[in-house]
Amino acid sequence: MATFFFYFFSLLTIVSALFVVFNRDTVNSAMCMIVAFAGVAALFVLLNAYFLAALQVVVYAGAVMVLFLFIIMLLDTGERHRPLVHGFNLLLGLVSATLLVCGALWLAGQFPVTVTPPPAPMMPPANNPLAYATSAKAFGIGLFSRYMLPFEVTGFLLLIAMVGIIVLSKRLPPPPASPPSR
Amino acid sequence: MTPGLQAYLAVASVLFAIGFAGVLLRRNVLVIYMCLELMLSAATLALVAFSRFNGTMDGALFVFFIITVAAAEVAVGLAIIVALYRRRHSVQVDQLNFLKN
Repeated sequence: MATFFFYFFSLLTIVSALFVVFNRDTVNSAMCMIVAFAGVAALFVLLNAYFLAALQVVVYAGAVMVLFLFIIMLLDTGERHRPLVHGFNLLLGLVSATLLVCGALWLAGQFPVTVTPPPAPMMPPANNPLAYATSAKAFGIGLFSRYMLPFEVTGFLLLIAMVGIIVLSKRLPPPPASPPSR
Repeated sequence: MTPGLQAYLAVASVLFAIGFAGVLLRRNVLVIYMCLELMLSAATLALVAFSRFNGTMDGALFVFFIITVAAAEVAVGLAIIVALYRRRHSVQVDQLNFLKN
């Protein structure tokens, strides 16, 4: 059953990702993007990462894509008369993407064939608190022990991003006329 | 037989390549940006798969950071795109060539 779901959701993700790239309408691209993110979230569920799946749906498929759709509809660029891709670029892009896939598949083949581990426990064992577990508490243990500094830096990064957005979207007065050059 | 690590890595690599091709092919800044998000999402999938099959929490915690940084990045990037549109009235990268001449 897990095999069927794996193939179903990976096919769904890849097909909708293709629709993101080869779609004339930007709004349709964004809609396909939401489906692709939901497919990735489903693959997270198959990997027993339930908390990350919820996060993916809420942050990516929710907040990020709402922001994208808002900007797309705000700008509303009529580009439907333009060619989608240009011939030579299409060839180059497809060749490089194919090479990328071949390289990555070769690299994946280098790993030994792993047996599927047993279903992850809710909580990590007491002697190994950073072992794979499904509950959100397991994330908290990791974030507040080994990854304390990156966690704080990420919080600061969010603050910087917020300040940056305010600066960027503020309509600044035009710069004063440049002094006459000597 | 349940899918192993290789299967997840294959899906992640195909997803990454699709995003990569989109960045190369498309001319619309917004679509390019969405394809960048697709590539990030492929990387998170590979990280979670490694984390699951190695039995450690580190990859999953890294994905947590990636999602946070990506959200901040999207907000800043879209603000830049809006500022660009305000100035040039276009989101096509082949028309944004004002450094050229």
